[in-house]
Amino acid sequence: MAVPGPVRGAALAIGLAVVLVAGVILSALVGQLPVTPAEVIGSILRAAGIQNSWAPHDPIIESTLWVVRFPRIVMGLAVGAALAVAGAVMQAIFGNPLAEPGVVGVSSGAALGAAIGIVLGLSFLGGWSTAVLAFAGGLLATLIVYFVSRANGRTEVVTLLLTGIAVNAFGGAGLALLLFVGNTASREQLIFWQLGSLNGSRWGEVAIVVGVAIVGTIVACLLGRRYDLLALGERSARHLGVNVEALRIGSIVLVALLTGAAVAFCGIIAFVGLVVPHIIRLAIGPSHRPLILASAFGGGALMIFADLGARTIVPGADLPIGMLTSLIGGPFFFWLLFRARRQSGGWA
Amino acid sequence: MTTISVKHVAASLGGTRVLESVSLDVQEGEVLALVGPNGAGKSTLLAVLAGDLRPELGTVTIDGRDIRQLHQLELARLRSVLTQQNAVSFSFLVRQVVEMGRSPWERTPQADGDEAAIEDAMAATDVTGLDARHYTALSGGEKARVSLARVLAQQARTVLLDEPTASLDLRHQEDVMRNARELATAGAAVVVVLHDLSLAGAWADRVARLSEGRLVAQGPAREVLTAERVSEVYGLRVEIIEQQGRPVILPVRGTNSLTLKQ
Repeated sequence: MAVPGPVRGAALAIGLAVVLVAGVILSALVGQLPVTPAEVIGSILRAAGIQNSWAPHDPIIESTLWVVRFPRIVMGLAVGAALAVAGAVMQAIFGNPLAEPGVVGVSSGAALGAAIGIVLGLSFLGGWSTAVLAFAGGLLATLIVYFVSRANGRTEVVTLLLTGIAVNAFGGAGLALLLFVGNTASREQLIFWQLGSLNGSRWGEVAIVVGVAIVGTIVACLLGRRYDLLALGERSARHLGVNVEALRIGSIVLVALLTGAAVAFCGIIAFVGLVVPHIIRLAIGPSHRPLILASAFGGGALMIFADLGARTIVPGADLPIGMLTSLIGGPFFFWLLFRARRQSGGWA
Repeated sequence: MTTISVKHVAASLGGTRVLESVSLDVQEGEVLALVGPNGAGKSTLLAVLAGDLRPELGTVTIDGRDIRQLHQLELARLRSVLTQQNAVSFSFLVRQVVEMGRSPWERTPQADGDEAAIEDAMAATDVTGLDARHYTALSGGEKARVSLARVLAQQARTVLLDEPTASLDLRHQEDVMRNARELATAGAAVVVVLHDLSLAGAWADRVARLSEGRLVAQGPAREVLTAERVSEVYGLRVEIIEQQGRPVILPVRGTNSLTLKQ
């Protein structure tokens, strides 16, 4: 530890800010319709009420920015933040750095909930129906994983992963069944859910996810000290004054809410909650308050670049972002597993 | 003064009665050792004292109040507990782990004493030099001492230690017991579960001996740890030698060692 904590923290904050701003600007510029940086800045200034000569004169550019690219960028930031924070919280309550909403099946539970709503045409809550069903599915999956995989206040890697396999298998089978019985229109939507995409984000949906991500991040940060104590094990946390049962239940709801909101509008995007907190932990250590806050920004940044890749790797095609994150996250997860095994001398 | 008091307590684990009609008062200013063979109920009794385990029968009070009426946080300011398992899930620094012991005092006037409490606890347990190391990279004995430092930093009036010497070398065993002694001298009530009867004999003011879930004897070490009593409870012949008026318990090795003197 040659570099003191505050210096590392500041370096990470500056690094994240640069990456984030660069990603946002790049995302606004790149696409089928070329836009200049001046036009992006001008358009934003005009929207803020400042008239300027940089603002685009072409209404097509203006609408491309405000109807297509900006909502997609903000959605990416919010979804990335929500998933990364959900991952960090999940790892805290499972006491295991391999817990992640996608890996253990919370995302597929949420996707199944959303899919049921779509195929059966449930709209009891209007525009919120899908989000609420995704939340319910995610909550159910989290509760199952949590209560099945824990023993003596901790979760072993093997148990966690086996439970994840079971929940993911069930969620996948449920989606397949719905795919089978659904009509063509709902089938297309379901495939979108399985692969994940930020394509077609609308401001109304963006607002919901942004709201959930911000509130979720704040709540998680406020609970950060308690998550630190939970790292000592459940009994010791209780001896230090933590109401462990309340913390657990509250956190499970929080994870389901964050994951549900992200999945409801963008489908399953796995491994963000695994990769981001892990890298942040390596940079600034495991203390949860800074970890959760930095994970929110790191998740947003990762998502922006993943989406940029999804839009540009194959010219003229919009790749599913969930597929991309899994392509990167899969090997990363494998490496983590390998390391965990080497360090503990087994799959414990 | 009595801090924790249990009266006629019975408790079960997984449907099996492991404590039966135990009554015990924990006093300020003394080190109380809980001894007994494996499975005698020592750790269970400690869990009852800590408020972790609700007894089926009997009452537990701490500073005169029913332990069930207290919130976790209030309890954390009254007693600290060192458990046998001291794993930490993420690679926190040693210093951060000890700091966690101060968390019950967050946003109280006592929080001003955080720094001093942490420094003192780390010095007392000989871990000051480890402060910038990662907890997960420590040896078993170092982890045990850091965990003890965390418990000391909590500065509770009642300190419960479950086999604090189990993974320690000879010198650190003595250090831990000296820490316990110093805490008691400073006015705290200290309860220690011990397997090493000689340690109990050397450092405890009072020894409580458990056998098959019952508290069969309590009193000064010399009265409780007699050769006859110990041989009977452990099913092993022992002899007692005295060192500075304190009993040292040694198994009688060689022929007939497993034959009990009836």
